[in-house]
Amino acid sequence: MVRKKTESTDTQLRRELMQQMLLIRRFEERAAEAYALGKIGGFCHLYIGQEAVGVGAISVLRDDDYVIGSYRDHGQALARGMTPRTIMAELFGRSDGSSHGKGGSMHLFDRNLNFLGGHGIVGGHIPLATGVGFAIKYRGGDQVCLCFFGEAAVNGGAFHEALNMAALWKLPVIYMIENNRYGMGTALERASAINDIAERACSYDMPNEVVDGQDVMAVRAATQRAVQRARSEHIPTLVEVRTYRFMGHSMSDAVSGTYRSKEELEEHMKRDPIALLRTDMEKRGEWSDADMTKLDEELKATVEDAYNFADASPEPTLDTLHEDVYAESAPVGEPAIATAATAR
Amino acid sequence: MAIITYRDALNQALREEMRHDDRVFIMGEEVGVYQGAYKVSKGLLQEFGEMRVVDTPITELGFAGVGVGAAMVGLRPIIEFMTWNFALLALDQVVNAAAKMLYMSGGQYNIPIVFRGPNGAALQLSAQHSQSWESWLAHIPGLKVVTPGTPYDAKGLLKTAIRDENPVVVLEGEMLYNLKGEVPEEEYFIPLGKAQVKREGDHCSIITFGKMIHVALQAADQLAKEGIHVDVVDLLTVRPMDIESIAASVRKTNRAVVLEEGWEVAGMGAQIADVIQRECFDDLDAPVLRVHQEDVPMPYAKNLERAAKPDLPKTIAAVKQVMYL
Repeated sequence: MVRKKTESTDTQLRRELMQQMLLIRRFEERAAEAYALGKIGGFCHLYIGQEAVGVGAISVLRDDDYVIGSYRDHGQALARGMTPRTIMAELFGRSDGSSHGKGGSMHLFDRNLNFLGGHGIVGGHIPLATGVGFAIKYRGGDQVCLCFFGEAAVNGGAFHEALNMAALWKLPVIYMIENNRYGMGTALERASAINDIAERACSYDMPNEVVDGQDVMAVRAATQRAVQRARSEHIPTLVEVRTYRFMGHSMSDAVSGTYRSKEELEEHMKRDPIALLRTDMEKRGEWSDADMTKLDEELKATVEDAYNFADASPEPTLDTLHEDVYAESAPVGEPAIATAATAR
Repeated sequence: MAIITYRDALNQALREEMRHDDRVFIMGEEVGVYQGAYKVSKGLLQEFGEMRVVDTPITELGFAGVGVGAAMVGLRPIIEFMTWNFALLALDQVVNAAAKMLYMSGGQYNIPIVFRGPNGAALQLSAQHSQSWESWLAHIPGLKVVTPGTPYDAKGLLKTAIRDENPVVVLEGEMLYNLKGEVPEEEYFIPLGKAQVKREGDHCSIITFGKMIHVALQAADQLAKEGIHVDVVDLLTVRPMDIESIAASVRKTNRAVVLEEGWEVAGMGAQIADVIQRECFDDLDAPVLRVHQEDVPMPYAKNLERAAKPDLPKTIAAVKQVMYL
């Protein structure tokens, strides 16, 4: 990374981060509306309030790095470069979706972007990230794997098993806890014996850091430090990003009520990651109300286009029901297929 | 043809496939320095080094997931479970991750991985170490499940499994590792999903797989002395199941006994019996009978354990019953 950037490059960077965060915000708002209309079914976990985490962290990665996350995956998928169209179509369960309607909201994948998916079992994908790190080391590469999960996952065995092996074997993985304070409706303090959960890394002698998850530049900087360690020294890092979700756990959960108060929510919403970046940019004289209005209109149009695209996309045909249960193998005795991923 | 053990046959398969493709590696508890809990991976560390023969902590959920992650990005892992009883801790990775990744990614991420290790009862290992998991694993779309019963089958099936593009579960017989049998010097493969008739007969079919193939063959030997000729079908793979071979045998004999090591309720035998009633309804001269473990956790005491297991007398009795003898 070049440390000394020109001011115009920094300005450009902040504009891009703003663009990505606002795209996620508008996308998620439209997804919520679509859910209310019955266009989207099943579970739908929105990223509103947490945009700075996915955007800031993914912004420091190379194209050949890997990203993997949980079921709250729309924001990370957009930040990695999946198109609003392909994601919205997947949410709608249509044939033009990223998984052709087989995955839905929780299972967004894009092989071309090394986006290794949204995974639906809390903590279950954390060992997968360790495996990706293992494969990178196996091939002698200098990529990294960035793994997102919620703070509730740190209480499960998969987290500990995965981090122990990554530290033991020195694997280039960044484990990023999106601490949004609640595992569904259970507050962190009611689920974890320690509240500063970055300290969990101490059990594995792993570098760790706590970051303000509403400050996209802070997330970026912390991720950069971790990526540098992973890329050059193959040392994994546990980053605890403190954030907050402004919506319910999923679309079927009230925004506030039984487990958190309206007052608490309102207090946290004062630190909206988009508003914080906007204020910062305005202070620097590089952003105006007019810029904001223009960008917002553009992104609303982008999201509207995605919505219309998804709505017009055909349902998957019934003959696809039995497709992709098994991959085709080489004829018996022939060498195994060299997959696209091998080349990476 | 060389006579080697089931253990050495598996070892040869691993060694040949690791030589053939440097994306293949083996990972599990005690596979390296210790040379394998059952010595299946003996000598591999010395030949391939510690990056490809990886000793893990005792952490089945974790290292099964490491395998799936590595498979997503182009490696071809072989995950050894010290026994399938311990693999229950890893079932989330086998079932929720490996088996479903291709489908839920819309065809983008296949998982070429082998999960292998000993399955079924040994001797006096009691309740937690004596279980047969075929029906649990065969239940899952996205998995293939193979159950070799002989050294020849073990080598040929494992080699094919390693080259398959999908997650393949290899259930080895804990009591079979010392079993000797003929294995050719030249390279060979056995296709997945194809059964083999291991003994021809026209009076009754015994449909079986894995370790129980030996009980079935013994039963066939004894019954032959009484003039009863049994057709013994070794499924070799329980998912995908070779329905045609089962049906062809039963159409010939008109009677069937299904023999399995595991429990009765929702067991493999239930699936096989269903196949037979659907495919061979008009061919049957008797109800299909099943031989299986008693419906109890495996006891420790020798006599109780013997009583709990499916065995030769129970199999012979079942054949005679379907023949109304």
